[in-house]
Amino acid sequence: MSGLALQDVTKQFGDFKAVDNVNLSVPHGKFVCLLGPSGCGKTTLLRMIAGLEEPTEGAIVLDDEDITPVPTHKRNLGMVFQSLALFPHLSVGDNISYALRIRGASREEQKRRAEELLKLVHLPGFADRPVAKLSGGQRQRVAIARALALSPKLFLLDEPMSALDAKLRESMQVELRQLQQRLGITTFVVTHDQREAMTMADLVVVMGEGRIRQAASPIEIYRKPADAFVADFIGSTNLLDISADSSGCSSVLGQVIPDLALPAGTAKASISIRPEDVHLGKPGPDAIPGTVTFVRDLGGTIETFVEAGGTTIIAVATPRERVDVAPGDPVGITLPPEACVVVKA
Amino acid sequence: MRREAPKSIADYTPLFFPGLMLVVFFVVPFSTMIAVSFFKRDPAAFYTPDFVFENYARFLSTFFGGVLGFSLGLAVLVAVCCVAIAFPFTYLLTRSPRAVQTIWLVCLLSVLSLSEVIIGFAWSTLFSRTAGITNLFVWLGLMQEPIALLPGFGAVLTGMVYQALPYTILVLYPALVRLDPTLLEAARTLGASPIRAFFNVVTPALRNTIVATLIMVFVFALGSYLLPQILGRPQHWTLSVLITDQAIYQSNTPFAAAMAVFLVLISLGLVGLTLLIGRREAAA
Repeated sequence: MSGLALQDVTKQFGDFKAVDNVNLSVPHGKFVCLLGPSGCGKTTLLRMIAGLEEPTEGAIVLDDEDITPVPTHKRNLGMVFQSLALFPHLSVGDNISYALRIRGASREEQKRRAEELLKLVHLPGFADRPVAKLSGGQRQRVAIARALALSPKLFLLDEPMSALDAKLRESMQVELRQLQQRLGITTFVVTHDQREAMTMADLVVVMGEGRIRQAASPIEIYRKPADAFVADFIGSTNLLDISADSSGCSSVLGQVIPDLALPAGTAKASISIRPEDVHLGKPGPDAIPGTVTFVRDLGGTIETFVEAGGTTIIAVATPRERVDVAPGDPVGITLPPEACVVVKA
Repeated sequence: MRREAPKSIADYTPLFFPGLMLVVFFVVPFSTMIAVSFFKRDPAAFYTPDFVFENYARFLSTFFGGVLGFSLGLAVLVAVCCVAIAFPFTYLLTRSPRAVQTIWLVCLLSVLSLSEVIIGFAWSTLFSRTAGITNLFVWLGLMQEPIALLPGFGAVLTGMVYQALPYTILVLYPALVRLDPTLLEAARTLGASPIRAFFNVVTPALRNTIVATLIMVFVFALGSYLLPQILGRPQHWTLSVLITDQAIYQSNTPFAAAMAVFLVLISLGLVGLTLLIGRREAAA
């Protein structure tokens, strides 16, 4: 297969399994986000792809060639580090053409390529500036340009946006995605920001405790989370217990949800329902009774916190669908069955 | 960080204490030495206040010039050897686990507790024919019969490098600990082998630290006067040995003072030159 394949990759640090038996195959040209909380093994996995860590077990295969034993400097990849790791003693241009200098490219070629890459990242004419004189966003772009100098097969980024402020981060995400699509380069980004992953990725790989919890397109991850961990990590969600009686009728908080069946043989599970799918209305026989505890009006969206059967359910509505309620009001909650996803608890 | 320039005398008070210390422990003794260097030697009574240049004139001979050249050369060589050994060593040390680092640093600090005399006699035993390391080589079959490795230039150099090495490592350690390890990794992802990355990235990033360390070890080695005597032949004696000899055994304090002043001026000149070259290179 053309692309990158991880086969049973495991990394053990002492007794701790940082990465636990990861299998993944990514065709060329895809943008992959490795997403997860800190300590989930996503950075270790990226470093193994880069060759900066050696897998304890398993193989990393690029275009049908096992590159596990190939040292980093022979892997033909570009990497952007969290600290960016720009060389402080070199100018912007020399930073970018470092890889070409290593390959023994002529001075003119180095200059030409550096200028070309600076144009690509919207910093034309910056070649002679010292790195120390750049702003955060500019340093980011220089790091990206440097990593792309040799037109690598793999483009790896380890939390590249973490040093930027929120606004700049959002625009850089869009820019990085557009750049990746223009170059068609296979890209892996490590992030703990689900918005970042949703913005950029073709494929989101959610990791937890060293294992892949789910690998799918962003919208599938959001709409059909594989388990409670994924549902909880991606966006905000309501996780509710669901139980089935002997006739196979499923109910949540005492209310029967039609057309929702538990997997055969299970009597208890959870459902995940996104706050925007929760409908609030007048209390009635077909609704779960609850009491409003807090309303947060953010202008663009209104979040209503409802206490029902001992748990708090969050409902999000746009101003147009808003239900006028105040804390203390009784409400009826309906959960549309098509929006409920049964997940392993 | 910007600060306002001090305006009143009261703003200068924090400088008073360091200024006093500098005057008491540097300006006064050094001025005394400069003054003495122009005094006239009195074989019967130490020296008499005067203003003569004969101490300096005597110094400007091929013999003392040769000793000065040898001293400076030896100090430079010790500095270069120390940094060449200590830099990669300290780099690897900072990349090893915490516990290993602690053990090494404790060992290095314990070497500092040894006086120059002990280091000198320890090495003179190790380099001797009867009880030295060559006996070990004979036992291992590497040599035919034990030989004496001292007195000699190699022995002097070894002893002085051994003495200065812990200081070198301790000076390099903080800078290397603070060095971002991803710099090296970044170079590797860009196609540089680990060794090449080390010389391309780590060394230039720490250029100022390396120059400062070289100067420190150079000055440190310049003052060494016991090891050359214990481990070397008279031709390996440094200017510091001659200064000691003149001041203590020949009771010619004015001449010793003149040599000391000259040595300080030459060292200051060399240090200044190094910094100047460094600055010009940084600007280029």
